[in-house]
Amino acid sequence: MPESNDKITVTVDGNEVRADPGELIIEVAERAGVFVPRFCYHPRMKPVGMCRMCLVEVSSPRGPSLQPACFVPVADGMEISTESQSVQKAQNGVLEYLLLNHPLDCPVCDKGGECPLQDQTLAYGPGESRQVEEKRHFAKPIPISTLVELDRERCIQCSRCTRFANEIAGEALIDFFGRGEDTEVAIFPGKPFDSYFAGNTVQICPVGALTATPYRFKARPWDLEQVESTCTLCSVGCRIAVQSSANEVVRHLGIDIESVNHSWLCDKGRFGYLAMRSETRILEPSLRENGELVEVSWTDALEKAAALISEAKLVHGPQAIGFIGGARLTNESAYAWTKVAKAVVATDNTDAQLGDGMPAELVLGLPRATISDACKAKKLIVIGEDLKEVAPVLFLRLRPLIEEGKIDLVEFSTHETSLSKLAKASIPLVPGEIGTRVRALIGFIKGTKDAGEGIGIDVQEIKNASQALGSLEDNSDLVVIFSNSSAIENTQDLQAGILALEESFKNAKFMPVLRRSNIFGALDMGLSPNLLPGRVTLSGAKEYYKKQWGSVPEKSGMSALEMLKAASESKLKVLVLLGCDPISDFPDSKLAKDALLKVDTVIFVDSLANSSLDYADIVLPASMDSEREGSFTNLEGRISRISKKVSALGSSWPDWAIASELADALGEDLGFGSLDDIAKEIARLAPAYQGLRSTLSLRSEVDEGILLPVTSTKVEIKRKQGDPMVHLGLISVEHQGAPLKSGASNEPGVYSDEKQKPEIGSTVSLISKSDIKSDINLEPETEASGAKSLRLVVTRRLFDRGTQIYNSPFFRELISEQEVRIHPETASSLGIDNGGKVSISGESKKVSGLVVLDNRVDQSGVVLTWNVSEEDVRLLASDSEKSAHWVEVEN
Amino acid sequence: MAHLSKELYEKCKSVVALYPEARSALIPLCHMAQGQEGWLTSEAIEDIAELTGVTPAEVRGTASFYDMLHLEPVGKYVVAMCTNIACMLNGSMELLDHAEEKLGISAGGTTSDGEFTLEESECLAGCDKAPCVQVNHRFFGPLDNKGFDQLLDDLKAGKLSDDVPSHGVLSRVDRRFPLALSPSEVAAERAEMENAKSQRDEKRKVSEGAN
Ligand code: SF4
Ligand code: SF4
Ligand code: FES
Ligand code: FES
Repeated sequence: MPESNDKITVTVDGNEVRADPGELIIEVAERAGVFVPRFCYHPRMKPVGMCRMCLVEVSSPRGPSLQPACFVPVADGMEISTESQSVQKAQNGVLEYLLLNHPLDCPVCDKGGECPLQDQTLAYGPGESRQVEEKRHFAKPIPISTLVELDRERCIQCSRCTRFANEIAGEALIDFFGRGEDTEVAIFPGKPFDSYFAGNTVQICPVGALTATPYRFKARPWDLEQVESTCTLCSVGCRIAVQSSANEVVRHLGIDIESVNHSWLCDKGRFGYLAMRSETRILEPSLRENGELVEVSWTDALEKAAALISEAKLVHGPQAIGFIGGARLTNESAYAWTKVAKAVVATDNTDAQLGDGMPAELVLGLPRATISDACKAKKLIVIGEDLKEVAPVLFLRLRPLIEEGKIDLVEFSTHETSLSKLAKASIPLVPGEIGTRVRALIGFIKGTKDAGEGIGIDVQEIKNASQALGSLEDNSDLVVIFSNSSAIENTQDLQAGILALEESFKNAKFMPVLRRSNIFGALDMGLSPNLLPGRVTLSGAKEYYKKQWGSVPEKSGMSALEMLKAASESKLKVLVLLGCDPISDFPDSKLAKDALLKVDTVIFVDSLANSSLDYADIVLPASMDSEREGSFTNLEGRISRISKKVSALGSSWPDWAIASELADALGEDLGFGSLDDIAKEIARLAPAYQGLRSTLSLRSEVDEGILLPVTSTKVEIKRKQGDPMVHLGLISVEHQGAPLKSGASNEPGVYSDEKQKPEIGSTVSLISKSDIKSDINLEPETEASGAKSLRLVVTRRLFDRGTQIYNSPFFRELISEQEVRIHPETASSLGIDNGGKVSISGESKKVSGLVVLDNRVDQSGVVLTWNVSEEDVRLLASDSEKSAHWVEVEN
Repeated sequence: MAHLSKELYEKCKSVVALYPEARSALIPLCHMAQGQEGWLTSEAIEDIAELTGVTPAEVRGTASFYDMLHLEPVGKYVVAMCTNIACMLNGSMELLDHAEEKLGISAGGTTSDGEFTLEESECLAGCDKAPCVQVNHRFFGPLDNKGFDQLLDDLKAGKLSDDVPSHGVLSRVDRRFPLALSPSEVAAERAEMENAKSQRDEKRKVSEGAN
């Protein structure tokens, strides 16, 4: 049956509208251009019909009646009136009730000026109150978490916040307390609303009841200016509105992008801008003289850098120069630095990852799943880190679907994750066992192996997993999300597991998760050994790029680990750090220190001071987000814009300009007079990006961003009518006259006509599965010895002592304690209690932490957290050449 | 301030097992926990949260809706005095005044010796006894001032200890343990029900498909 036959017809205020059965009246009316006022309804949450603001008159066999438009689905022939007299009377009444106890302290309310209660009272209210009695009072505001304050007098009990916490985030840390007019939103005493997603409740609260501590009294909405941009604090790439007042960023709001973040943000992204004005900002270029960093001019700094690079190249060859980092860069800046390294210096020694990631070929070579693919999948395998810690909003999109039973989850993890309780099967991992355990599962599904035979896992889990995954043939609805499960180990073993899955589940799609910022953009732009821009290998695209750039490195270069090793052996002479901190972020801290000490020159390009700054010889200050422009590629391979809103602090420059000027000082012209030049060159040259007009020409109307590689030439440039209650700040602010600028050129982002597409690169092929190394050595190189018998696993947390977090006073409080996760049986055999303080000894150091019993931890392992306390867990590990590290846990 | 006793915790566990969804046991568990201290301590709330798989905020929020569940300490005897229509017509307002004077507290308060909490209540469904009073959920009435004083004296003297359990445990919830049905029988019954339901669904699907 053609779909249109399933449609029904209703009339909204006399006009006929086609609708799908089951659609809510409020949605149908909105499509017909009729806005029904509302408070509790939020299109990304289930309706509850709580506030009654949306009452409309609906015909029925028993005559017309008032019905909540957000709760009642349309029926064929339904006549809906949104403006009849009785509707108006109802709206008047609801608003009069809501205002009975409302304090109306609009002049000192953050929401004043963008407040749905104000706006809807103006449009639909009685304008007068008959209340002469005293209003109800509460102490106000009260903090309910580090970042959120609650004003109970202003609350209109719409339950948006409590539903978000429960339904979306799965952390019902707030709930209604009391009854009737005494109802208040409350936390449990002593258990604050410490959710990574708490800030969303501030955005969706339709009144000023929930306010964000960092933003309180910072601005009036009508003074705000804003641009649409992308959060770059992890690789999800949530779309944000960056709002500023008096040239200072004061707020981020989430924008509703269907394929990405559904208007949600995590608090790291929402409040990450706080680091911009931190005291540790690097504002001026400087050179180290007699052990001290001394401010100099850009010219002096760049000339010095160029001189040292040229000298090293002349004396020791291009291999003596290396570039580490790049995930913080925009695509255009990453491209410019790749060109500096690979075309100007002619070295392939570039690595945007810091030894804790995954091989670029594995990341780029598999059929990639989008977030929507993952959300629509019926079956999901998640291997590695807790998604909530490394890709928060990806977790947020998936969690409710898994809870509702729409997705069956099979998880392989080293400890209990935020999704474990919802998983159909949760198979414990120790690094080094991923390949074996994945193969055991596949074997069981194929019927060639008994469940868990000889590999020490709970047979039932394997059976559950196999039941959830079904047969091997039918797997087009399977998505595999994977990440490195232990930050201190290499990923050979993960690679083996993923390849085994790819082999057996032929139609499955894969989503690699790397946590750092624009890491996918950096890899796409070639900041990795053996890569060139556009998802091609050096070996595969050498000739192609040689023709375009004039020169490319002869042989493939070193990874971050290899570069640091070469530096520690004094073979590498110049190290350029592109927004990275090997001292606190590289898995082997001893090696990192040694390398930075021994290398002749460290050129430090970054915005904030970090531990590696102490080793820098030349410091080049880079602008931060909202001070720079460019594009971002997220973990799906979707590009969206990073926009500029405020002027850069101090003398900092955007990274591409630093790269370009350095090339200049080296006597080469990159050919980049402007950002647009780079964007055009990427679109012209970089194979996966071909077909774009330029990486920058994404109009804000291209809501969803553009998925790479560009295959379709059609781009939807129609903006959905914004729901003012979703885009709360945005639309309300637009009402006040500040347009939401994207700052982009006026052309749509993709060539609309196939013929206009430039002719290029027909012989170059994108990285594919065949580029992934399959000769994998699975034997751990070290064995447990003596008392050190537990395999060390190190996992990541969203809030750690990373620069951007540690430099924000609000975040610092959210950094958790060092937890020592251990299986209850292992603990009891060691005489260790839950919550007790223990010390862990490894190669050269001891670390202490609090015991958390976790029966999802493998009995042979112990799980610690990276970079949360002063004590460096990395010092427990033996050197990073080895793939397994063993420790002892004692009381 | 106390957690549930070990014994009570086990009892609660077996009540949870009676429900297909653990959270359905929330209210019965609140009543059972209240039987221990007379009110829901934070620790008890945390235990209930753990047993029912919800957060303490949700347990507290739910409990706060019900007048019969106390989130603050109460006296040994909770005296609920109905002031709804039938009782009011029979003089409950005057009785309440008297009770306040007699106990030296106003409605909602607890005597300093921790013996009595006085509450004003809506209809207790004991209108035939108007004016009606409940002590720890046991009915008394009709009461006049003298009758009320007598009731207090009897309670203090322990004369009613057989009829009025401490802390107002609801007898319906405080069932005998172990349960009449073993958990495995419960599970079997439930499986049977679910099976029947899915068969019904299946049938419905088939007949819908035919249409
Ligand atoms: S605090 Fe805001 S979002 Fe939460 S119930 Fe009150 S008005 Fe609604
Ligand atoms: S999930 Fe990632 S991209 Fe989204 S707001 Fe958080 S840090 Fe930013
Ligand atoms: S009842 Fe419909 S929006 Fe609240
Ligand atoms: S009116 Fe008092 S018990 Fe019903």
